[in-house]
Amino acid sequence: MLQVASWRLILVAVVTVLGIVFALPNFLPERMREAIPTYLKAINLGLDLQGGSQLLLEVDVATLRHQQLDNIADQMASALREADPQIRYTGRGVVGEAARVRLVDPTQIARARTALRLLARSPNGGDDIIAFTEGADGLIEALMSPVYLRELSRQAAQQSIEVIRRRVDPTGTSEVSIVRQGDQRIVVQAPGVTDPEQLKSRIGQTALMTFHMVREVDPQDAAAGRIPPGAMIVQPYPTIGDSAEIVERRPRFTGEHLTRANPSTDPQTAEFVLAFALDSEGSRIFCRITRDNTGERFAILLDNQVLTAPRINEPICGGSGQISGNFTAQTANELAVMLRAGALPAPLTVIEERTVGAGLGQDAIESGTLASIVAGLVTLVFMVLAYGLFGVFACIALVINGILIVAAMSMIGAALTLPGIAGLILTIAMAVDANVLIYERMREEAAAGRGPAMAIEAGFNRAMVTIIDANLTTILAALILFQFGAGPVKGFAWTLSIGVVTSVFTAVLVSQILIAWWFRLSRPKQMPI
Amino acid sequence: MWPLIRLLPKKTNFTYVKFAGFAAFLSVAAVTGSLVSMFTGGFRDSPIAIFQAAEGSAMARLGAVMERGFNLGIDFRGGTSILIEAPQPIDVGAVRTLAGRLQTGSVEVQQTACRPADAPPYCAILNFESTEGGSQTVEALRAQLPSIAAGAQIVNVDVVGAKVSEELFAGGLIALGLAILLMLIYIWFRFEWQFGLGGVLALFHDVILTLGLFSVFRLEFTLTIIAALLTIIGYSMNDTVVVFDRLRENLRKYKKMPLGQLVDLSLNETLSRTIITGCTALFALVGLFYLGGEALRGFAIAMIFGIIVGTYSSIYVAAPAILIWGVKRGREGEARAAPQAAR
Repeated sequence: MLQVASWRLILVAVVTVLGIVFALPNFLPERMREAIPTYLKAINLGLDLQGGSQLLLEVDVATLRHQQLDNIADQMASALREADPQIRYTGRGVVGEAARVRLVDPTQIARARTALRLLARSPNGGDDIIAFTEGADGLIEALMSPVYLRELSRQAAQQSIEVIRRRVDPTGTSEVSIVRQGDQRIVVQAPGVTDPEQLKSRIGQTALMTFHMVREVDPQDAAAGRIPPGAMIVQPYPTIGDSAEIVERRPRFTGEHLTRANPSTDPQTAEFVLAFALDSEGSRIFCRITRDNTGERFAILLDNQVLTAPRINEPICGGSGQISGNFTAQTANELAVMLRAGALPAPLTVIEERTVGAGLGQDAIESGTLASIVAGLVTLVFMVLAYGLFGVFACIALVINGILIVAAMSMIGAALTLPGIAGLILTIAMAVDANVLIYERMREEAAAGRGPAMAIEAGFNRAMVTIIDANLTTILAALILFQFGAGPVKGFAWTLSIGVVTSVFTAVLVSQILIAWWFRLSRPKQMPI
Repeated sequence: MWPLIRLLPKKTNFTYVKFAGFAAFLSVAAVTGSLVSMFTGGFRDSPIAIFQAAEGSAMARLGAVMERGFNLGIDFRGGTSILIEAPQPIDVGAVRTLAGRLQTGSVEVQQTACRPADAPPYCAILNFESTEGGSQTVEALRAQLPSIAAGAQIVNVDVVGAKVSEELFAGGLIALGLAILLMLIYIWFRFEWQFGLGGVLALFHDVILTLGLFSVFRLEFTLTIIAALLTIIGYSMNDTVVVFDRLRENLRKYKKMPLGQLVDLSLNETLSRTIITGCTALFALVGLFYLGGEALRGFAIAMIFGIIVGTYSSIYVAAPAILIWGVKRGREGEARAAPQAAR
């Protein structure tokens, strides 16, 4: 034991040097940090230290289910229609958690079963996604399997992430982090954003396009707020909208029928326009509206703000058209993106919201740093007072331990949170436990009459079992924190578990090497503790 | 006299076991008190009255009783919590009136220490139940605050939906239960079942007493406190394992020593380690308590209390539990009365 194997020496040296290198960026001024390679990072500060906003969003599963059931009802209907010969049905719809159709002729049930069979099959193999139940007098109900519903909400959450990213971070340059949590939740973290309202409104932007008929009102009446019943004043869309209009409150037509939207130029005026195409139902409705209201104006609203309010010159029945506004190439494109990918697959609700002012975070960092330094110093002084020279060895191990913790935190990129700082302080204090166990063992062995060499050797060997047992329990506690903790608590779990590993490493290996060196140099006759 | 460790005698002969009966009485009394406090809102309410007033199933009613047992923070209670900061002391009454106008339902406003207490900036915390319309309230508050206290601003807003708070609460309880279970399995695996049960008994003791402390003194119970409780479990187990480890070693070494004497010996042998490790941890945590700021004060209190209780429980709950259940000791069986085996 007093002969230190060279591999141990090399291991400790390499780890310590790497530790210093990886910990270094934290102590460099901002300007120098930019010059160093990117794999050297400073510790990632959690939102509670950095200041910023965090939103926890949840996919509205009930709405999602209803939407999907509506689809299924459609699919059932068309499957029955396409059967040869056609199977006639009535009462297509969604009731509770089931989509249903009713066969006109209940004796056709066997054929209907065959026709619908294909719908139930999962697209990627595996269990059926829909279960059909047959009731009396030709009623067929379709229920989604829970697995399928979970899969749907997971997909919806995943798609929402993309949509949200486009909305809150269109240029891809900000540090907003958007990640899925579980099957139906999304965590949005925006460092530096201390006004979550702005964030929420941008996420909530529905990019919903609606078509309303314009009510022509005398401008004076409008200014005085005298508007006809069932109408509303709508403001122009920022930068690209025409002017405020008074429109019917109820939309005649909505953007859900949109199948395509892309920027284009008008061949006659060379202006940028937004070209769009509609699905078959959409074109039918649009055709009817434009036929019935030729000569009048209708307004195209985006999120209840006027884009443009053109006059209907002729019925538009081709299922496509174009919207003109004060577009530039860029705004036309942005709008197209928003309309195309814009709609969230399902509504999202904010179920948790936390905002920390930047000043508060800064204070937390300052008091946390101060507390850590004081705790560290107290521990160092206490160890030197208690164990003298051996205490100094423990201190060196503790300092290396501190460097390794900082290095590991920087390297992994785990966020340091306020509870994380508490974990750090606790780890510093607990790190000496391994040293204490070893030294106490040495003291005992010396008291039992062994010479220093034997005492040191036995101290290390015998204390080892206890150290491993004792620290594994802490690791177990930290693992549970990982599993159940929310953001800040997870930061605590990180520092705690990293700290336990590094403290065992330094307390055992580093102090062993130091003591071995000291022993070889001084050849003591008596234990100094 | 330096190093100071020389002040600690190398061999101590405290007879811990002699006081085990008294300690057991003390522990049972403290645990009972803590449990009673948890069900009576810190000896303030009648659990029967709350139970009858609550709605829903028996479990939900029991939950309502437990909720009253603690001063639950926003994490577990749900609702909106807003921290206001101003360069001069804040008129709490005025804030309450303002918030009452903006928000239906109960609104709590209280002065709170902010960074160094009793110096600018001054802080007040505003809590209300509803999460609906919370954002409008925050906006309105932001606009109207300066009329009450010049330069006042909102520095921190937490909105936790009822669903999330329920999940966090359940998650916290599961985490505590799971931690204790894992420790039981670990100790069982590494030692013997008597050790496992003794250790777990000590863990329950520590967790319940710490919960009792928070219940009796109405300290705010937050997510961070769950983290503290889990760390206390880790620390207490750590302490217990050190004692058990020595006990196991001595069981092998002194095959004929009576168990009581053996427990005393093991506790004495690990005493100086217990003192030194406990002291360093306490020093650091006292530092955290004074310097760590308001946000970590609850954590520091829980940990300081937990470490003291955890150390006590290793000596007076975990070890004596083994005396009660006994341990298998090789071929000799229970030793008769051999005073000290030869080395």
